[in-house]
This record gives sequence, structure tokens and C-alpha cells, in this order.
Amino acid sequence: MTQKFRIENGGLINRDKKLSFKFNGKTYFGYEGDTLASALIANGVHLVGRSFKYHRPRGFFGAGVDEPYAIVQLYRNNETEPNIKATEQELFEGLEAKSVNCWPSVNFDIGAINNFLKIFLPAGFYYKTFMWPKSFWYRVYEPFIRKAAGLGVASTKHDKERYEHKYEYCDLLIAGSGPSGLASAYAAAKNGARVILAEDKPRFGGSLLTSDVNIGNQSGEDWANSIISELKEMPNVIVKNRSQVFGYYDHNMLVMSEKVSDHLPKTKKHHPKQRLWYIRAKQVLISSGSIERPLVFGNNDTPGVMLSSAAKEYLKVYGVLVGKNPLVFTNNDSGYETAIEFKKNGINPIILDSRVNPQSEIIDEAINLGIKIKFSYVVVAAQGYKKVSSADIAKISDDKKQLGTIENIKCDCICVSGFWTPTIHLASQSGNKTKFKEEIDAFVPGTSKQNETTLGAANGIFTLEETLKDSFMAGQDLSKKITNNDNKISFPNVVEKKSSQHDKFWCVPLPKGKSYKRFLDFQNDVAVSDIEIALKEGYRSIEHVKRYTTLGMATDQGKTSNLNGLQLVSDIENKVVPAVGHTTFRPPYTPISIGAIVGREVGKHSKPTRKSPMHSWHERNNAVFVDAGVWLRPRYYKQGNENLFEASKREAKNVRTNVGVCDVTTLGKIDIKGPDSAELLNRVYTNAWLKLPVGKARYGVMLREDGIVMDDGTTTRISENHYHMTTTTAQAANVLSHLEYYLQLVWPELNVNVVSTTEQWAGAAIAGPKSRKLLEKLFPNNDVSNEGLPFMGYMESELFGVKARIFRISFSGELAYEVNVESDNGQFMWEKIIELGQEFQVQPYGTEALSTLRIEMGHVAGSELDGRTISYDTSLEGLISKKKDFIGKRSLNREAFTSSDRQKIVGVVPIDKKTSIPEGSHLVKDAQAPLPNKKLGHISASCWSVEHDNPFSLAILKDGKNMIGEKLFVMSPLKNKVIPVEIVSSHYVDPKGERVRS
Amino acid sequence: MLHIKCPHCGMRSQNEFSYGGDASVKRPELNKEISDEEWDNFVYNRKSLRGKHLELWQHLSGCRQWIKVERDTATHEIFNTYKADEEIS
Ligand SMILES: [Zn+2]
Repeated sequence: MTQKFRIENGGLINRDKKLSFKFNGKTYFGYEGDTLASALIANGVHLVGRSFKYHRPRGFFGAGVDEPYAIVQLYRNNETEPNIKATEQELFEGLEAKSVNCWPSVNFDIGAINNFLKIFLPAGFYYKTFMWPKSFWYRVYEPFIRKAAGLGVASTKHDKERYEHKYEYCDLLIAGSGPSGLASAYAAAKNGARVILAEDKPRFGGSLLTSDVNIGNQSGEDWANSIISELKEMPNVIVKNRSQVFGYYDHNMLVMSEKVSDHLPKTKKHHPKQRLWYIRAKQVLISSGSIERPLVFGNNDTPGVMLSSAAKEYLKVYGVLVGKNPLVFTNNDSGYETAIEFKKNGINPIILDSRVNPQSEIIDEAINLGIKIKFSYVVVAAQGYKKVSSADIAKISDDKKQLGTIENIKCDCICVSGFWTPTIHLASQSGNKTKFKEEIDAFVPGTSKQNETTLGAANGIFTLEETLKDSFMAGQDLSKKITNNDNKISFPNVVEKKSSQHDKFWCVPLPKGKSYKRFLDFQNDVAVSDIEIALKEGYRSIEHVKRYTTLGMATDQGKTSNLNGLQLVSDIENKVVPAVGHTTFRPPYTPISIGAIVGREVGKHSKPTRKSPMHSWHERNNAVFVDAGVWLRPRYYKQGNENLFEASKREAKNVRTNVGVCDVTTLGKIDIKGPDSAELLNRVYTNAWLKLPVGKARYGVMLREDGIVMDDGTTTRISENHYHMTTTTAQAANVLSHLEYYLQLVWPELNVNVVSTTEQWAGAAIAGPKSRKLLEKLFPNNDVSNEGLPFMGYMESELFGVKARIFRISFSGELAYEVNVESDNGQFMWEKIIELGQEFQVQPYGTEALSTLRIEMGHVAGSELDGRTISYDTSLEGLISKKKDFIGKRSLNREAFTSSDRQKIVGVVPIDKKTSIPEGSHLVKDAQAPLPNKKLGHISASCWSVEHDNPFSLAILKDGKNMIGEKLFVMSPLKNKVIPVEIVSSHYVDPKGERVRS
Repeated sequence: MLHIKCPHCGMRSQNEFSYGGDASVKRPELNKEISDEEWDNFVYNRKSLRGKHLELWQHLSGCRQWIKVERDTATHEIFNTYKADEEIS
């Protein structure tokens, strides 16, 4: 198939490489270097989608990042991605794309019926209509809107592509590689500064690629290429294309999205699809250029109406004609440049210029080329439904209020130019309060807030010579301050055509008796009439008008619509634009894929996984693992067809009758050294610590300053000034920070050092009536009798040549020990315990059995120390010293903490001794009471008591102290359960604590 | 993301630090009789300042030192940073 709209020669595409692609199922050809948009236009395809609200036909409006219409669903390498701008997507062999927002097809779209009902769809339509009746929202409106709206569908499949994050520092980050970006980068690089130059398009050069200028006796394009190749060779410069700096954050942190592989049929091996750069720059140069403003007239959204700069870009970069019978409608000289390019390629454009009698070099050139120009003329309305077929034009009075007789002229496209809007998004994001520049009817950056400088067109400077001068100077000055180098660069000779003043006119009045839609926001279908209605209804703040009408709220963030919207509000309100003010620019400047934001942190990589040194043994022995914070811990060791319940019961039972061994490496461990260590512990824990002898361990509870329990654990005095503290797995990091806080800030006079040793020690808890017998085998040279190593005793020893620490502490409530060896010896220790324990029927037990054992003993853990309980609530008040002060003590006087019916931990047993009690259930007095049924407490932890062979739970219950023996109900609406229960002591097994001391 | 100068390590990104609240709060001395009001002021009552604020940060993924940072809560400008025991003029 021939590309009817491709000119014979010219453009920057590679005509030697033909590429085939599919759009809406049909095959076309383009060239390497095309965008999907340029290739489609070359093939005469102008209808690419439907508009959001009215489902009006949509074509192409721009040629890049500002495109509001041409959004497609892309298919690449068996993946699909929505919300892709056809004007940005580079063509590759085998590319497939489909229209979005049309159903059933782009040519016949049911939603377009909205277009004929548009009288019913004014501003605020969604708010007004779909609110009533309420039930209709779910049944009628929402399903309809979902079907009819949307800009494509997200894939539900796992994204197999890789996305990377990169952190970079530089002296100067330069956003945009047009004339100002190139000049400033060059000057700064020559001064030895570390420069990153970012360009969002595939080609460097920005406006130099399309403008008819001369720099240093080279064409703009050649000059750009020579600068870029020189920069690329410099070791202090990073030059990146396809890279959009989309966010400017605090302290000169900018984020850039680099599309590494999106332009290829398939991501290369070991390459990411996209890379997100976090760049901390000393100075930021914003050279993001400007975007042409539309002119507003009837049916100005018809396919074929587009920005004149885009038409020029399609011609000069891609060798593509957007039409063969073009009409150029302009209020400034830019439209002439486009017309001249058409003329040079044998096309005869007609220029309508709203100005009365403008004079400039470029207008003279157009006249000399024989281009037909009509001054004081405007387009009243575009005609044609799926493509422009003609235009209604008219002469306009000098005051721009009266239209003359309407004439109809044939044309196949209308190229509009309403002057230029500087791209100030990055400057605004940095906190720069922008100011309105009357001469250009647009906002430009004001005083810099962070270290940012805006140059060239982004700063409202539209002549090349001034832009280059400013930019060379800025690059030179800023880099000089950083590197102290001062390389002078000779300023090149610049040849450009001088422009005349633009016309402030931008919105064509409606002719009498006509009600054409005149669109402002092309993606969200916001028309002039919508803004008028919003203002009539009393909306004044531009932020409210924006939200009510959705002006500028689409995925293009109003790049082509914001300023015209503001102009309109200020015209109607009779205010100047700066008094109306613009809405806030927020990052990202363009849509960024979720994949790029997430980076490599997906699935198992979303957090680190920590494993104990015995992990491989657990794996080999059928452990089923559970996440405990970032740790993986064995939950149970599966034998045969056992389930969790059966296995954990077996393991717990074996601890109560024989001996079990549990991997407790994950417990937090903190080494405490220094002459004031005891004093620190005495201030941190609620009980007394000054008299703990060497070789003894003690259980302690620490509070926050507000009196709430923070953590518990045992601390052992290893030697005179050396302690070993253990914390719960979950609180390990917080406790260390807590100790550091007090040592560094509150009591710096204490001579103590703390350091985490969690990873240094592997730990095994050996628990059960036969644990001492096993210990005797493990440490035959030590006296581990009840006298030699009493409860809460500590000794250092050797486990077959390996240094070991033995603590006689118990979490299970049985006679128990905890053995620690250096991490590298963990596996050795574990295997020895299993080997020598065979004769005592040793079995490993996991966290589930561990929980069962502690619950039925009434030992509190994280589910009771939940950040809401005080010592009294968890029956730890016996450990509160009356004689000394400690962290949080003063808070314990609070009225709520001392009330006589304060909540307290209790045991809960179902009356039928069968029904398991769901954790989190509520306890109530009367199961039949009307709602809201007063909650007396909640179930904190549940297990199947292996000692009593029935369910048992712990609960935090109001007035728990006086509730023992009461009969209450457990209610779990989530599980739909009501269970009659009896309140018992929380110590369901061995209430006197004899076993641990046996 | 803020860029904070740790007085021990130099300029580092915010994600190496954790925030620790108002640095001007002083913990009452141990074993000292104080009123409920004083204690409440220490534990709970904080000003939510707009503007210059002296605050604590811990260089958690670095030297683990608690430091003081003088920051504008509205603009995020950081004026100065201090070691825990440094005199602040
Ligand atoms: Zn540090």
C-alpha cells in the first residue's frame, strides 16, 4: 500500500528501512524514525479515536507530548499497555495498536449518541445527573459510564518486563535539548561541570529540527547534531534521549523517566523496559520550550484541525503532509512558517490571519512565494464529521466582535496557531511563583525558589539569538561557580527571521443563529459554553471551575487548554488573567507507568527476606514457612498428610511430654556495654536491675513515655559491664532506636554503648521435661543440673568445639534452655541437637506450636502488647518497681490507667469445649442484646490447648480481674459465630510456674 | 525527597533518616516531682508550627546518630543541622 501523504524526499526518517504495523487490525507501512502518528497520517489515517464525553471523532492535534486526542492501546511482545500517545510512540516492526474510547468501533460508535444529546451534557453534568436517584448509580449509571468511557484497559497479566531505578548526582541537570538546552549544556560541560542533558523525544535539537535558522554558518539541525556529538564524547556529560524529566521535588531532587526499550519490538536481554532516574542536581536548567496554543472556533475538534507547529513537524521531521489542501489560521507569524514549508513542497496553502495589517520579514517571504493570505480573516467553523472537508470563514471587524459574510472554502486540514505557551511545569513544581507576561499573554517563571533557572521559550523568550546568548551565559556562570573553571566560548553568528507582534485575539465569536461547540479542552470535551455555565452558576475560583468542568484534568493535564480556559474566565469576569491565576502544576508532567515507579521492588523483591542460618535444614525437613516481619520462620514441620492444626498440635504436645527445639534466631538481640549499663537498664525497664548478678538473666518490660508497654524480653548479665538484651522479633529495630535516643539525647552522661547483634547469633530454644537430659549430652563437661544452671541462669560453654551461650529461660512454660552460637555455626548446632536428641524423641517445632505453648501458659506476646495495653492489662504490674523512676512511670498515674474496672488479660474457654474461637472476636454480656451491643473485650490470641485438649484463648477484658468464672459470649460477625464461653485465669497450664524451675 | 546534612556523615537523602519530632522538648528529670500539666506537655502537647522548626532526625541507615535539624516546615528549607550535644545559638 502506498503512503499517499508521504513526500518524495526529506525528513529525518530512514527511508531504507520499511516497517509494517497494524492499526485497528489493518496493516500499514511506515519507516524507521516514524512515530505511530506520523506513519498513520502518511497512510491517510486521520480518525484514531472518540472523545471522552461526546464520543466525537478524534484525529491528531499535536506531534508530541501535548497530544490530547491520539491515545491508543498498544500491543507489544504479547503485552498490552493503555494510554499511549500515538504522537510519542515510535514505530517498530510488528507494532499493533487499537483505538480506545470507542465501542463497538472507531467508525461506528454508540457513545456518539451523546454528541446529539449534548444539550443534556453541560458542565457539572456528572455531578448533577448521576447523583439521583442514588440507587441508579450502581445499577445504571456506573456500568454505563464504565463501558462508554476510559482511555484503554490495563493488562491483568503479570508484567514480565523489568524496570530499573537509578540514582544520580550532577552539577547541572538540563531538561530539554532545544537551543537553550544545547547551549547551556555545552557551556557548562566545557567548564568541566558534571552535566545531564535530558530530551524526551528520540531526536535531540527541539525546535532547531523544524525551524529555518542558521547558527555559525550551519543549519539549526546541523548545529544541534554537532553539539550533541561533542557532548556525547565528554566524560563529564550524560546525554539521554527518550527521557522525560517529569517531577521537580524538594532540595533539587528531580525524577526522570527513561524509555529504554519502548521503541523496540522487544526489550533486549538484560535491558530494562524503562528506567526511573532520581537525580539530585546542584543546579537545574529548565529548557523545556513552549507549546503552541490553539485558536478556538466552531467544531475546532474535527479531525484535520491541528496545531500549525505539528503540521510543520510532520513535514520537516517525518516527510508527511497532514493535508494536501491546507488552511492555516493564525494570529501570529508562526503560521507562516508552516505555510512556507507546505509551499516549498508544492502544496498551496491559504493563510487566514486575524491581524489587520501585520508586517514582517516572514510575511514578505510568504507573499513573495505567492501564498494566498487573507488578513482580518478567521475560521468560524470547521465542516466535516470524521475529517475536515471545508471551512466557514469570515472577515472580522477590527474590534473582533463582528463577523462579516460567511464564505465556505474547501480544505482538508486547518493548521492553527494562537501563539505560544511556555512550558513552566517544572519551574512551578519547584515552588517558583510564576508571573504573567503581558507581551506574550502567558505565564513565565518568577523568582527562583530552588536552584533552578528557566531559559529560552520556557522563559517566554522566542528569538533564537537572545535564547542562545542567555543560555551560553547561564551554563557558563552556573558551572563556573561549581568548578571554578572559566572557559570562554565564542558566540556563534545567528541568522533568523524577525517576527511581528502577535494578535491577542484567540476565540472566534459565534455567528448569529449558530451554536457550534467551541472546544477548549480537547481530551475532556470542555467547551466555551461549559465554562460560561460554570461561571453563571457561581463558580469563581479557577480551581473550582477546573474541577466542575474538568478543564485541564485529563491525562494531558491541559497542556493545550489551560491558558485558553484562563483567558475565557478572565474575559467573562472582566479580570486580567493574573488575577484569575492558574491552577497548580503537579508532577508528573506526563503519565508515568506504574512499572517504572515500582521498579524492581515487585513480588519477593518488594522487601528483603531474612533467613536464619538453619533455614536450609528447615527446608529439607518439610518446614512450611510463614512471614514474621521480614523473616521467614518455620510455621510447622509437615509429616505425611498433616495439616497445620494436626502438625502444630503434635509439635506442642511433644514439647509438653518430651523435648522440642525451635529456631529463635529472629529474636532481636542487643549488646550493651559500659560502666553505666545497669543504670540504663534500670531506667528503661519497669523492674529493678542494679543488683542482677553476673551470670543471671532477668525478664523485663519496657514502656513508652505514655505508659503503654513497648516491648518485653530477657536481658542477661554476661560480665561486669556487659549485658545481652533480647527483644521481640517485631520490635527489635524500634528498641535499638529507643535506647540510642535516650543515650544520645536524654542521658548523654551515661557511659554505655549499644549495638544490634541479631545477625551475629543463631538461637535454638530447647524446651520440654527432657530438655535437661538433652543438654547434658550436648554439654557433657558442664554442670547443667538445677543447681549448676538454675532457672534464669546463664553459662558460657563449648558445643563440641564451638563457642556457645546457654540461657535457662523459657517461653513455653516448660523446663527450657536457649542455646546461642555464632551464626556460622547455627546449622552445626541445630544438627547436633537433632542428632543427640533422638533418644529423647526430640522434634523441631514451629511458630504455631510456639504460640500454642505460650498462649496456654498465659505468656503475653505481640497480640497482647499491641500498643494499647499497660503493664496492668497484661498482668505484668508485679514487675513495676515502686522504688525507682523509669521511662513512662509518671504516666501510670493517669486516671484511665488506675480505674478499678481497668481491662485485664483473662483466659477464655468455650462452654462446649469444642468450638474454636476466632481471634479478634468481641466479648459481650448478652448475645441477643440490640445493636450496638456493648463490647467488653476482645480475643487477642487463640489456640488448641494440648494440655487440656480443648480450645483456649486469651482476651483483654474490661474488669478482667473480677470476671473469672463469668459466662459471656464471643461474637464474630465476620465468621458469623456466637459462642458461649467461660472466663478463666490466663494461666491455663501450670499456674504456679513450677515446671520452669524443675 | 529532602537532602539532609548529617553532621557526622555529610549530605544524605531523606530515606536514610527517620523523623523524631520536636527537638526543643526536654524530658523532665528522673525522680523529680512534676505536675500533671508539665508531664502532659512533655508526652503529648506539641505545637504544629508553620515555619522554622528545630527537630530530631536519626541517621538510621547511616551512623545511627540522632541529630537536630533546623527546617522550615512549610518550605522544607533546611537552615542548619547539629550534633545531638551541639550548642545551638
Ligand atoms: Zn550520619
